Amino acid sequence: MIKVKVSNLKKNYGDLTVLKDINIEVHEGEVVCLIGPSGSGKSTFLRCINQLEVATDGSIIVDDVEITDKKNDINKLRENVGMVFQQFNLFPHLTVLQNITMAPIELKKMNKAQAEEKAIELLEKVGLADKKDVYPTQLSGGQQQRVAIVRALAMNPDLMLFDEPTSALDPEMVGEVLDVMKDLAKQKMTMIVVTHEMGFAREVSDRVLFMDGGYVVEEGSPEDIFTNPKNPRTISFLNKVL
Amino acid sequence: MNFIDILKDYWPMLLEAAFMTIKLTIITLPFALILGLLACLCGMTKHFKFINVIYLNIVRGTPILVQVFFIYFGIPSVMKELFNMPFKFTAITAGVITLSLNAGAYLSEIFRSGIQAVNKGQMEAARSLGLPYHKAMTKVILPQAFRIVVPSVVNQFIITLKDTSIISVIGLTELTFQGKQIVATTYKAFYVWIMVGIIYFVIIYLLTKLSKFMERRLSNDKGKGK
Repeated sequence: MIKVKVSNLKKNYGDLTVLKDINIEVHEGEVVCLIGPSGSGKSTFLRCINQLEVATDGSIIVDDVEITDKKNDINKLRENVGMVFQQFNLFPHLTVLQNITMAPIELKKMNKAQAEEKAIELLEKVGLADKKDVYPTQLSGGQQQRVAIVRALAMNPDLMLFDEPTSALDPEMVGEVLDVMKDLAKQKMTMIVVTHEMGFAREVSDRVLFMDGGYVVEEGSPEDIFTNPKNPRTISFLNKVL
Repeated sequence: MNFIDILKDYWPMLLEAAFMTIKLTIITLPFALILGLLACLCGMTKHFKFINVIYLNIVRGTPILVQVFFIYFGIPSVMKELFNMPFKFTAITAGVITLSLNAGAYLSEIFRSGIQAVNKGQMEAARSLGLPYHKAMTKVILPQAFRIVVPSVVNQFIITLKDTSIISVIGLTELTFQGKQIVATTYKAFYVWIMVGIIYFVIIYLLTKLSKFMERRLSNDKGKGK
């Protein structure tokens, strides 16, 4: 089943065209990694999928709902699409538990007791149950990012967007975050991941998209992209990063 | 007549005047906060932004002295001329209106900068969870902005307290007005103005201490100061 269908997506900032013509489909349970040089439009594309960036033209359909249509309630859609940011963006004035339970309680998906029970259950899975009452600034970067993933999961999303989730982390903390993401992938969560972690893309993803200059230049299985890239730009990029 | 003699003779008057200064400030504060918040919210909308711009420019572009004359003398005079209505503000009402309008304008700028100082990612994270704009604002942005603006808001209160001395020009018996009166009877300008200065200083010093205390409380509470 098709989870996300993007057709002719374009995004301009004034005169600058960041996304020129993006057409992709993501199937349910699929893990798609977006790789490419900085400025190629990867993050912008990801942010268009939950409309943190409003698309200039084209259409994005998530779960048969056209989210680029202004008539549809974007907030309802976002409840089912989790997002994890490079800078974590945890709420510093709330404890870990409050960070996780705020949205489910506010949006009336659960009452407080249910939300807390679910939050603790999720925190246990990422090994942070003992940190439930501390504030985000008291956690390491890797711990913060794991909490941020839990915060997104607490809304029971069926699609997760990751925007360079390990780029702001110290090297020794990258592994703990990637492990959580691998677990998610095993549970057949549909995931779109913008990443510079080529090892992760190769090991976990079902499909890799290489973006450059606002286009998806090449796509294929990780095997194809990493061992047998065809486009010269993909080849030159991979030569530099691998 | 020296410092001590003046203090002995006039301390009840000075105390009463100091009380009036504090009263004027305290009545002004809630109005200024509400005005400031409303103006700030107007400034963040597309359609009502002009209200904020006009208000801010009028307050910033004219001296308080002119504003208080306009409100105390100007408005009643035009009411009489146009509608033949006998109408007059009391000095304290005119004072509260002037000071509230003034502080409100500056507070709206303080609030705006506080909201803008909250990291952009906070709004994005809140919206990405599905929270509508107003909920993201009240649950995520405003609590953080509040902590950022506390020192500036207290500072604005101190400025307002000092601005009350301007209200003396319309005959409100606050500290500065009383000082003038005492000088007029005793001719001891040096002693009297030193005394008045000390009273202002003490009140403001205590306010500053209170604000430092509040700042510490706010940052300790929420695990910010590790």
